[in-house]
Amino acid sequence: MNFPDDLKYTKEHEWCRIKGNRVVVGITDHAQNQLGDIVYVELPEVGDPVKKGESFGVVESTKAVSEIFSPVSGKVVEVNDPLSDAPETINEDPYEEGWMIQVEFSSGKELEELLDVDAYKKFVEEEAE
Amino acid sequence: MAQRTPLYDVHVHAGARIVEFAGWEMPVQYQGVLAEHEAVRERVGLFDVSHMGEVVFRGPKALESLQRLFTNDLARCADGQAQYGCLCRDAGGIVDDVVVYRRSADDLLVCVNAANRQKDYDWLHGRAFGAEVTNESDAWAQLALQGPLAAGVLQRLTSVRLPSIGTYRFTNSDVAGIPCMIARTGYTGEDGFELFSASEQGPKLWSVLMGAGQPEGIRPCGLGARDSLRLEMAYRLYGSDMDDTTTPLEAGLSWVVKLDKGDFVGRQALQKQKEAGLSKKLVGFTLTEPGIARHGYAVLQDGKPVGNVTSGTKSPSLGISIGLAYVPPGLAAEGSTFAVDVRGRAVAAKVVKTPFYAKKK
Repeated sequence: MNFPDDLKYTKEHEWCRIKGNRVVVGITDHAQNQLGDIVYVELPEVGDPVKKGESFGVVESTKAVSEIFSPVSGKVVEVNDPLSDAPETINEDPYEEGWMIQVEFSSGKELEELLDVDAYKKFVEEEAE
Repeated sequence: MAQRTPLYDVHVHAGARIVEFAGWEMPVQYQGVLAEHEAVRERVGLFDVSHMGEVVFRGPKALESLQRLFTNDLARCADGQAQYGCLCRDAGGIVDDVVVYRRSADDLLVCVNAANRQKDYDWLHGRAFGAEVTNESDAWAQLALQGPLAAGVLQRLTSVRLPSIGTYRFTNSDVAGIPCMIARTGYTGEDGFELFSASEQGPKLWSVLMGAGQPEGIRPCGLGARDSLRLEMAYRLYGSDMDDTTTPLEAGLSWVVKLDKGDFVGRQALQKQKEAGLSKKLVGFTLTEPGIARHGYAVLQDGKPVGNVTSGTKSPSLGISIGLAYVPPGLAAEGSTFAVDVRGRAVAAKVVKTPFYAKKK
């Protein structure tokens, strides 16, 4: 399982790449592997508000629906639209081509609550037990 | 505690993801649902379906007795032939949908759904008029070898000429030296076989089939692909698409209800319902806007709930969202339109002919 060490993580298995006043958000390699083949995504629109810990979209495998939770509060400033036609990209490349949204965050404080790579790895291991 | 089939360890070794289904710890997938689905449509796949149950009717009254508990007509089923149908309650609700394998008039094997093993046995045993009814579910392993190349794979392992076994026919023979009931039946819409062997022979049977199928690119397949394959064919799933409160007529299974064959449990109620007309019908639909319908979602007409989705997925073969739903008879005709409430969003849907998927010639 691949967990890049330059990213931050959540206990809901999202990853965040911090870029200035924005974060790029996607789901982790572990999450895509657990979900299985992803066949549908539902993402917000540019301009939509998001709130930390609240659902901003869903990913669906052939069998199940899973919500995706925003790691920070703020406003959606970019959406990875090509995912609608190629949701399998999330399985194939969860950290690069499979990114979902970019959020302009309203408070830098929320970033401090995110997990670093070691904390996330530990969390995944504990969850598996 | 959840039960395990005799192949549980085989699945774990093969890297399966195990989930609980109907009280069983079963493989939901190995490499992935889409790859497994495609293997069965294009080549060949192998499923462990040993969680299915087997209830056997024996004795001089076996045929007569089962006829009175089964909606289809076993008089029209020859020895060596299988027949699909329902077990119904007096009020017409479906106890289970089953396949009866008529070995002879005094020896019939009823293949029942995993979740209903005990319920069906209790139901049948309590109502068998003079037949000897035994629950042999734990004694059998059952493997489903499915796909257009299934016959080629199986032929390498058995001396029976497989072309002599027609669809929904079966025979007893060895497969790689293992005594089996070889049935040309399945739940995928593809050509294929279901092999019933002694429980303890299951792992060996699995491994010889996987070995024999290597040249064809055989894949082990889990319940995920089993579900998407059956739904593309609009095959009903007990517990999702029908239950004790729905009748075969409502579930679109009137073709396996033979009201004229003589009396059977539920016949009067079904006759009455047929005359009075149905209040709901199970239909196949596709979504004409983005989204996936799921079990339990509401069917909306003019914004009001009028029915419910019982199964839904994105069809791996067709790339579109498909599903089954109970709707009022006024919405059941092909081409009728309604909406499905997908997490608060009304998504447009259209009734279509089933099966959704047409097998390649």
